[in-house]
Amino acid sequence: MIAALDTIVTGLRRRYRAVRTSRALAAFFANPLNVAGLAIVVTLSIAAVLGPVAAPYDPASQDLANRLQPPTLAHPMGTDQLGRDVFSRLLYGARLSFGIAVAVTAIRLVLGTAIGLLAGYAGGWVDEFLMRLVDIQLAFPGLVLALVVAGILGPSLRNVMLALAVVGWASYARLVRGSVLSTKEREFVKAARLMGVSRIRIAVRHLLPNVVGPVIVLATMNLGTVILGTAGLSFIGLGAQPPTPEWGTMLSAGRHHLRGAWWLANAPGAAIMLTVFGFNLLGDGLRDVLDPNHDTTLEKPT
Amino acid sequence: MIGYDYLASRLATSLAVTFGVSVVTYGLIFLTPGDPAEIILSQQLDRQPSAAEIEAFRAEHGLNDPVPVQYLNWLTDVFRGDLGTSYYSDMPVSTLIIEVVPFTLELALAAMLVALVISIPAGVVSAVNRGSPIDHASQLGALLGVSMPNFWLAYLLILLFPLTLGVLPVAGAGSVGHLVLPAITLGSGMAAVVTRLVRSSMLEVLDEAYVDTARAKGLRERIVVYKHALRNALVPVVTILGLQLGTLLNGAVVVEIIFQRPGLGSLLVDAVFERNYPVVQAVTLVTAIVFVATNLLVDLTYRYLDPRVQLGGETA
Repeated sequence: MIAALDTIVTGLRRRYRAVRTSRALAAFFANPLNVAGLAIVVTLSIAAVLGPVAAPYDPASQDLANRLQPPTLAHPMGTDQLGRDVFSRLLYGARLSFGIAVAVTAIRLVLGTAIGLLAGYAGGWVDEFLMRLVDIQLAFPGLVLALVVAGILGPSLRNVMLALAVVGWASYARLVRGSVLSTKEREFVKAARLMGVSRIRIAVRHLLPNVVGPVIVLATMNLGTVILGTAGLSFIGLGAQPPTPEWGTMLSAGRHHLRGAWWLANAPGAAIMLTVFGFNLLGDGLRDVLDPNHDTTLEKPT
Repeated sequence: MIGYDYLASRLATSLAVTFGVSVVTYGLIFLTPGDPAEIILSQQLDRQPSAAEIEAFRAEHGLNDPVPVQYLNWLTDVFRGDLGTSYYSDMPVSTLIIEVVPFTLELALAAMLVALVISIPAGVVSAVNRGSPIDHASQLGALLGVSMPNFWLAYLLILLFPLTLGVLPVAGAGSVGHLVLPAITLGSGMAAVVTRLVRSSMLEVLDEAYVDTARAKGLRERIVVYKHALRNALVPVVTILGLQLGTLLNGAVVVEIIFQRPGLGSLLVDAVFERNYPVVQAVTLVTAIVFVATNLLVDLTYRYLDPRVQLGGETA
């Protein structure tokens, strides 16, 4: 009986949300910048997925006779110091960057949302304790902590992912907790509680949906941030090791050819920037329609 | 005004966080895969250390004590101002840090200057011409700036100035010339964030009644904007600039590496690669404490300057 009533209520709310969503979609597509952001992200995602199929060359195959060739039709972005095709390496790198970004963001999101939900809903000492954990994480400049964690674990892409995941969940926790605190006392939640709906069901079906918008915005921006962070740590030498075609590693290897072979550093540089720009544009657009109170803010990670 | 209750609870929280930060920092060493003593020694000696050598190293650095005892010893030393001794140079870590702090500080200040010089005019022009092509261009520019990897920007600047035009040094530190490219690299990303801040703050202020009053008095628009509105709009901007310190420290790591500048960032990166734990722990701890202290200061200043901020409320 209670579950049935609750299902009806949730159903109504879902329908209301569907109407709101279609309006938000219309507003989103009205702005050409949002469409541009979406287009960049979709195009690059396709490139990341199809990269290995679409790449004209094997990213590891060396051709020492054709070292440091400027861009030509055969090699649209030239070749590197070992004669490898830069364009093919970029495509494989896209796959790496996107894979890492999605994995790291997913870990941050799930961990942070769970902690924020628990803190906001449980209140009392649980809330106090979890929020101090959040404060402690936010007390370290993100990249500095990630650098130290990744460095001590040992240079590798896997460790960079771990490091970036453990330093980025706190903003989700804070966001979700704030929303839970403000929704917890609203009539529909009180009503559900009076009806005897279980705590977990209230949390998942009534509290969580209200924060989905801001969380999506934060996650979109985070995808860009994680790509920058991964490239930054690999650039320093803590992430991917040569010959892995990772964007940050490739950029770093271009240092000694800045003047002679300008495409070596600039191709991955432009790829990173375009990707991050796409996610930021998209995140900005999504924020205007999903998070009108602007709970999420833009940050410069590296 | 700041309520004393609020002040007390905020101070208590900061202390608790600092304590937590010290636990995390000390705990970092246990992330090492394998035995830290063996790894450090083999790196130091460049060969496999003997069992006796490992034992001597452990005894010297107190690594045989139970972990909580090690932590307490470390913490007591930190309170005495002793941040440990570098595994490599036998120099006190505090000396190493004090030597490089001025370099990071001058870089941070110069970057902030670059950020303000770009962002204040851009933000004001954007706000005054809200919705115009200038506004769109400046916002798009800000978004590009945030998306720019600073290590790529550094390369582009090096390619343009020292390599092509033959001006400014490629790397190093010590003169104003050495500071220009690193400061632009670090400051431009920050400028992007601050431009948005100035814009939204200006928009808010331009809506206020006193701005209408100033206009009604017949003051020229330029005076209204620059004398009345901007001055008030900058209050939140200046305080929030403090919060950007973390961003600056993040960026300083990469910038100091690229331009081969001494500083906290390059000290930390070198120590991480050498597994020089006392240095890693000390730099991490100092960075976090400075960050916590700045946040506290910014928070209090903000509340002091803007009485509308609710006392004891949630900080954004």
